[in-house]
Amino acid sequence: MERRRRARAGRVRGAPVIKRAPPAVDRGRSFAPGDAVRVREAYPPGHVRTPFFIRGKVGVVESHAGRHRNPEELAYGRPGDPKLSLYRVRFRQGDIWPDYAGPAQDTAVVDIYEHWLDPAEAS
Amino acid sequence: MSAHDSHGPGHDHDHEHDHGHDHDHGAGGGGHPPGHRHPHQPDIEDRPPTHYMLMTQAVGDLLIAKGIVTADELRRTLESIDATSPAAGARLVARAWLDPAFKGRMLADVNAAAAELGIDAGGIPIRAVENTPALHNLIVCTLCSCYPRLLIGLPPDWYKARAYRSRAIREPRAVLREFGTSIPDAVELRVHDSTADLRYMVLPMRPAGSESMGEGELASLVTRDSMIGVSVPRVA
Repeated sequence: MERRRRARAGRVRGAPVIKRAPPAVDRGRSFAPGDAVRVREAYPPGHVRTPFFIRGKVGVVESHAGRHRNPEELAYGRPGDPKLSLYRVRFRQGDIWPDYAGPAQDTAVVDIYEHWLDPAEAS
Repeated sequence: MSAHDSHGPGHDHDHEHDHGHDHDHGAGGGGHPPGHRHPHQPDIEDRPPTHYMLMTQAVGDLLIAKGIVTADELRRTLESIDATSPAAGARLVARAWLDPAFKGRMLADVNAAAAELGIDAGGIPIRAVENTPALHNLIVCTLCSCYPRLLIGLPPDWYKARAYRSRAIREPRAVLREFGTSIPDAVELRVHDSTADLRYMVLPMRPAGSESMGEGELASLVTRDSMIGVSVPRVA
């Protein structure tokens, strides 16, 4: 109780309470355009740039979009090294939303960091 | 009798009416109690400041107090942010329509192509996605409001709103119809979610009827919305 009070004392009223995501591990994977990938279905706390709607979904790597400092670390004032590969991954809308209302060829391209991607069988 | 109907001769205002009244002040009624106020649009100061408002103010004050920036430099930076417009992006698009080699360079690296025209697109990599007869592109940032501000100006409020951010990815064709844009079913609609370290702009198709136009006139056809993908350029 006392510890809790002390922890709260330094906090500005109204400031968001943020739990940190565990540091990203370098999973040492790289993907080439055309590779099928599955987005990890994980729900870590903290600042994450992988939208909920895409977790667990299978898509195809469209391109490599450079290496960038990890935003999950940068968000907490840490250096964000080592840099991680960012991939542009294309999904069929029908694979994201089972009741998608548009035609079958509609797609979504989402930018996803390498540590969120696992190899998958093409669907 | 509604509250508004009770206006009468005794009703005394201490402010000018700037909201539309559709009733007659001269007739009827028993007047308002003393201290009566009409509802008015709240001022920013009427709400308690948020954490980020206080932080922004405090950091700005400290930067000036410590001599790191001057008040005028801070003001000038805000002024130039507010002055960004879609004109820079429109120039890129018009040049790409006229010069296939430039278009190739723009699709490879928007920031470098912009620099060729003397436009500073900033340090964040921007990708141009090209509309074709078989593909229409739409840009959204489902997580926040990422947007290539230096090329197409400040994002419209709807771009930052939860309604657009959730629906543009979930039912993009319905959203486009609400913007008055109908994409044929045979065309692939591709939504780009700008979730991370890239920014996107759409390179729209050059509209029919623009064949004889020069670069300046072409640029005038290219609107903010057509570079987000909720609209397409048209010759008026």
